[in-house]
Amino acid sequence: MLGKLTWAAIPLNQPIPLITSIVVICGILGILSLITIKGWWPYLWNEYITSTDHKRIGVMYMVLGLVMLVRGFADAIMMRAQLALAQGDSAGFLPPEHYDQIFSAHGTIMIFFVAMPFVIGLMNFAVPLQLGVRDVAFPVLNSVSFWLTASGVLLVNLSLFVGEFAKTGWLAYPPLSEIAYSPGVGVDYYLWSLQISGLGTLLAGINFTTTILKMRAPGMSYMRMPVFCWTALASNLLIVAAFPILTATFAMLLLDRYCGFHFFTPELGGNPMMYINLIWCWGHPEVYILILPCFGVFSEVISTFSSKPLFGYHSMVVATMAICVLSFLVWLHHFFTMGAGADVNGFFGIATMIIAVPTGVKVFNWLFTLYGGSVRFTVPIYWALGFMVTFVLGGLTGVLLAVPPADFVLHNSLFLIAHFHNVIIGGVVFGVLAGYTYWFPKAFGFTLDETLGKIIFWCWFIGFYLAFMPLYALGIMGATRRMNHYADPSWQPYMIAAFGGALLIFAGISLMVVQLAWSIYTRDRRRDLTGDPWDGRTLEWGTASPPPSWNFAVEPHVHGIDAFWAVKHQGKELHKVSESRYEAEHKPHYETIHMPKRSPTGFISAFFAVFLGFGLIWHIWWLVIATVFCCIGVLLWQAWDTDRDTYVTAEELEDFDRRHPSLGAQR
Amino acid sequence: MSGGVNTAVVDSHGRPIPLSERGPASTWSMISFGFWLFLLSDIVIFASLFATYAVLSNATAGGPTGQQIFDLKNVFIETCCLLASSFTCGLMLIAAERRQLRNFYLWALVTWLLGAGFIGLEVTEFSDLVARGYGPTHSAFLSAFFTLVGTHGCHVSSGLLWLLVMVAQVATLGLRSTVVRRLFCFSLFWHALDLVWIGVFTIVYLGSVHV
Repeated sequence: MLGKLTWAAIPLNQPIPLITSIVVICGILGILSLITIKGWWPYLWNEYITSTDHKRIGVMYMVLGLVMLVRGFADAIMMRAQLALAQGDSAGFLPPEHYDQIFSAHGTIMIFFVAMPFVIGLMNFAVPLQLGVRDVAFPVLNSVSFWLTASGVLLVNLSLFVGEFAKTGWLAYPPLSEIAYSPGVGVDYYLWSLQISGLGTLLAGINFTTTILKMRAPGMSYMRMPVFCWTALASNLLIVAAFPILTATFAMLLLDRYCGFHFFTPELGGNPMMYINLIWCWGHPEVYILILPCFGVFSEVISTFSSKPLFGYHSMVVATMAICVLSFLVWLHHFFTMGAGADVNGFFGIATMIIAVPTGVKVFNWLFTLYGGSVRFTVPIYWALGFMVTFVLGGLTGVLLAVPPADFVLHNSLFLIAHFHNVIIGGVVFGVLAGYTYWFPKAFGFTLDETLGKIIFWCWFIGFYLAFMPLYALGIMGATRRMNHYADPSWQPYMIAAFGGALLIFAGISLMVVQLAWSIYTRDRRRDLTGDPWDGRTLEWGTASPPPSWNFAVEPHVHGIDAFWAVKHQGKELHKVSESRYEAEHKPHYETIHMPKRSPTGFISAFFAVFLGFGLIWHIWWLVIATVFCCIGVLLWQAWDTDRDTYVTAEELEDFDRRHPSLGAQR
Repeated sequence: MSGGVNTAVVDSHGRPIPLSERGPASTWSMISFGFWLFLLSDIVIFASLFATYAVLSNATAGGPTGQQIFDLKNVFIETCCLLASSFTCGLMLIAAERRQLRNFYLWALVTWLLGAGFIGLEVTEFSDLVARGYGPTHSAFLSAFFTLVGTHGCHVSSGLLWLLVMVAQVATLGLRSTVVRRLFCFSLFWHALDLVWIGVFTIVYLGSVHV
């Protein structure tokens, strides 16, 4: 009846997961009852859960990312605490089988359920606004994408309380991840949650590629798009090209585990190295899926707060697209030690070093944008400056690791761990936090607290260096990754320093919560009434903060790069100048528009996806069959639903613009 | 979505507006473009499976090779069924665009039967192999073969289900523009599966002769 699921799956004898589960469940119940008592359900259901508004979906992605950041960081600080203690005779507080789950969950969560939701959330929020359009190409599909990601999140977190998580590391290399060596449900939790959320990501990639290539305001040719849109385009092209490889690879591992196939088993001709090749064919583009939109955020932030057009727009676009292509040519540098021979390793080593060139172009463009600008030292520019220093350092250690002989020495050591945290924290996290601060007033109509924001920056910045510089040293001293205990007493001071860094980052994350709460509490004195709090350059600043669901009452018309800056400072018209579309008193001409209706499809499909995943993980086959039929039912229901549009009248549009006199609406 | 609002081809001075500056594309153009992207991503899945098959095609682990177990005559009939169904699918789409209901049903039926024939032959081939003791669990080569060809077969089967749904849509909603648009996407899907099959036929079945 319940497949492999028995009471033994509940970790009653392991205090850490048990207590965590109880606290989390109490927290969730508390939040749910608060929502019920306050009567917030109708609002949440109508305005968020069933929303097809790209801005609301973007906000939900960001919330998901923030919550999971806390989860992923809890794993991180446990590992750092363990290693600060577990030297010599001390075994620390985490038994090996638990420690293995923690580092696997940390990597999986941070990449798939923190970085990806953050990046996709920022793209969701900003891309249609920057393109000057009213929504993404497929609004219902967008909601489905989000909710499938949320299903994956739920399944991963469920593994804490029911069963176990993978003990295989974040990419589940075979043969360890094969059924013979990982007979438990941990790897199945890993695989199914990533298959489900991966489908959501792929659909988001298709949606955004279509949006950027097919939906731009009149006049916005490709070379007039904001750089963030270019980087989002590159990132989504990579999603469309790379995520199917992940799906296929996981499907093969699932066939090995569930049906006794021999793709990656060590016996009967299977080839474990093929998994490693395939997964990195996805995995290397994945790091660019994450970092490219962050490069876009920094481009927007640096040019806005330098009050200057971005230096070298064309070279920035070319560099972005060059990285997009090159990212598919370097996968083998993740396993030079495979033994592919000097020629192959040489090719991939050189290809890896070549990627540093377009990245270098970008760094110089940002520096030249700052140079001679009147730089305003706001929180986003702090993140941008911190990023440039940190990311260049991480990039340099990456080029070092791209030298195959050096990689043979440093492979799988803490040096590698330090390197990729250096680029992912210094690049992706700093970029996301810059974007979060930058677009927050656009999303909610008030700014985040500046002073707290700067303290948060310093906590993260110093915390990062304190936590990861010792890891470079430890890696050179011979410390390997994924170890939960060591004998050499000379390593301990470095480990304790790294733990100190993690504590500082903990302070930073806690202050982010404080900053959010304080800014909401004091929102009345930090309102953005103009829609343009930063003297912005791109179209999103030309509408009210927060924007109405239709974004722009009258479709903007674009004459060049930095379209909104041109409106403010060069006397260009935001709306198309043509007698027929303007009234005598030179006011915008409002017309009734149609918008997509809200839709519960995403939430319902995710609901079934969770049960489908759960059934598959625990071999509860009747549940699998039932949920598959339910999913087909949802599709059919969607296919026969012909009433999808809702209309906003010209009077409503004009009324909104009168009550929210944003700079853009007046021009 | 404000698709199709701005379709002005020339500006107020009569100068042509470049394609990239004409504003959001029509809903039709966006949906077919999005579906193309989906098909490309699907092709990437097949590409991964093809690459895997190429790596594992000699990993027979003492079991049979492709040359020993493939029946090329059966595969030739399968190929004919699928290619013919692509042609009739095209005729079906033309009938739908011309709003010729009877022809639409006729060609939909023929397409469905040819597709079902293909699946029937494939199921026969698979069950025959399993019965002879050459199931997918016996070697890496057989795992890769069953997965690649089976994934294609699953796609064709879901195409058959989709076609049934489309016939039901036409019957209940008529040949309205959303329905014709979906038929267009279906035909793209169906032709793409043909394309993949050409790869399967060439690399898996014809390729086995030289192994």
